[in-house]
Amino acid sequence: MSCSHLETDIAVIGAGPAGIAAALAASERGARVAMIDMMDEAGGRVWAGGPAHGGTRRAHAMATLEGRGVLHLRGVRAIAGAPQRLLLEGAAGAHLVQHGRLILATGARELQLPFPGWTLPGVVAAGGLQLMLKSGLRLEGRRVVVAGTGPLLLAAANTARQAGARVDCIAEQAPRERLLHFALQLPRFPDRLLQAVQLRAALLRTPYRAGLRLQQAEAGEGGWVCRVTLADAQGRTQHHDCDLLAIGHSLLPELQLAALLGCRLRDDGQGVTTDAFGATSVPGLYAAGEAAGVGGQRKAWIEGRIAGLAAAGRLDETEALLPQADKERRYAALLQQAFAPRREESPALTPETIVCRCEDVPLWQLADCASWREARLQQRCGMGHCQGRLCGGALALHRGWRTGADTRIPIVPTRLDTFIHLAQLTPGDSP
Amino acid sequence: MSAMITLHIDGTPYRVPEGQSLAAALIALQLPSRVSVGGTPRTPFCGMGVCGECRVTVGDEPGVLACLTACRHGLSVRTR
Repeated sequence: MSCSHLETDIAVIGAGPAGIAAALAASERGARVAMIDMMDEAGGRVWAGGPAHGGTRRAHAMATLEGRGVLHLRGVRAIAGAPQRLLLEGAAGAHLVQHGRLILATGARELQLPFPGWTLPGVVAAGGLQLMLKSGLRLEGRRVVVAGTGPLLLAAANTARQAGARVDCIAEQAPRERLLHFALQLPRFPDRLLQAVQLRAALLRTPYRAGLRLQQAEAGEGGWVCRVTLADAQGRTQHHDCDLLAIGHSLLPELQLAALLGCRLRDDGQGVTTDAFGATSVPGLYAAGEAAGVGGQRKAWIEGRIAGLAAAGRLDETEALLPQADKERRYAALLQQAFAPRREESPALTPETIVCRCEDVPLWQLADCASWREARLQQRCGMGHCQGRLCGGALALHRGWRTGADTRIPIVPTRLDTFIHLAQLTPGDSP
Repeated sequence: MSAMITLHIDGTPYRVPEGQSLAAALIALQLPSRVSVGGTPRTPFCGMGVCGECRVTVGDEPGVLACLTACRHGLSVRTR
């Protein structure tokens, strides 16, 4: 297949709120900007699901970008990068992008923690269910249980309810005291307080229980999930019948490309280290939004704008935005403090629990592995389709392994006819 | 409300809303998307192109992620 070449002043990876804001800011004074995204439609995971989500802000932004001639490369994933160069793969073939500055707005995925039964049909990610619902999934007459940790559980439950589901329980594993502490800080962020109150009001008749973790999911006839067991801190259990079990344990930033390009990551692995303007440890490379620390779309939007201005060499224009970005980062820290899963509160594994869904590796097979590398090489854990993006987060929590910084080319599974263009990334030292 | 279209999954015709993600359609129909290396059925999981549990064959193309694919009239989907 062909490999198209393109050149741009500023490349933006990701077309969620951070990427869109960055592309808008960077293109204001005529810089050539390319915005690269894996989805066909801009908006990222948070604004997925057509024009109804993300609303007028997204529509207006996209029209502006088009008017300025910003290139929106859609349905394309970055598979490798080198200084000033990226190799992308899309349905139509490979693309080699030569760029000046690069802004990483790669967003977040959900952290998923394994427990017995989590691979059963009918167990879905809470954020994944949210996306399916936004694409039009209806759940009339279905009983849904939502469990794990983080505010996304409430959002997913509410969307499921609007799609006709009966949500029997939302189980939050963080203890009540921590949720209370979080709630007490919310008045410092009035718009979030309002949002929380509205969401809670919408879910008034749905039980929201703190301090309950997932223990086990069981299948009924036909192999589909039919029952979930939840346990409190004292080990007391409760059972819920369900037709769908939605699980999620907060969000993890997508850092593969950042790690590959050599950006310094935060010690806790929860984002790229940046300065106030989004500059990473690699000159010319910026990060914004979830990639710089999970904190939601408002943080993403303002950080995207700041990084876009900074990358376009207009640092002086960022000054007015910095206090707001600081405030968003304080909110992000609060979220992290309340909902970052702690091992002792998280679902317990049994030796038979599948940890790596791609290769069906149970926990007992990892007993003799001392590191993530050993787990990969000896047991094929994290070596399948997802390349450890799913089990890596769980093993970081349960084993303390550093799983986020280990990225190799290609970042995602790639066709051979894309792979053969890899040599063009580093034309100087190709054979 | 979107229009209903017909697609085939493992040879059986199903009516589904046009434009809905194929992963959502599989969940709605309670159909597995693949069988794992250990032989257990799996349904779409992450919904966002990360996990690969929803890999199906669409037409002649294997390894298509159902969560990133929209339902279109006449699609022929194989799950194993």
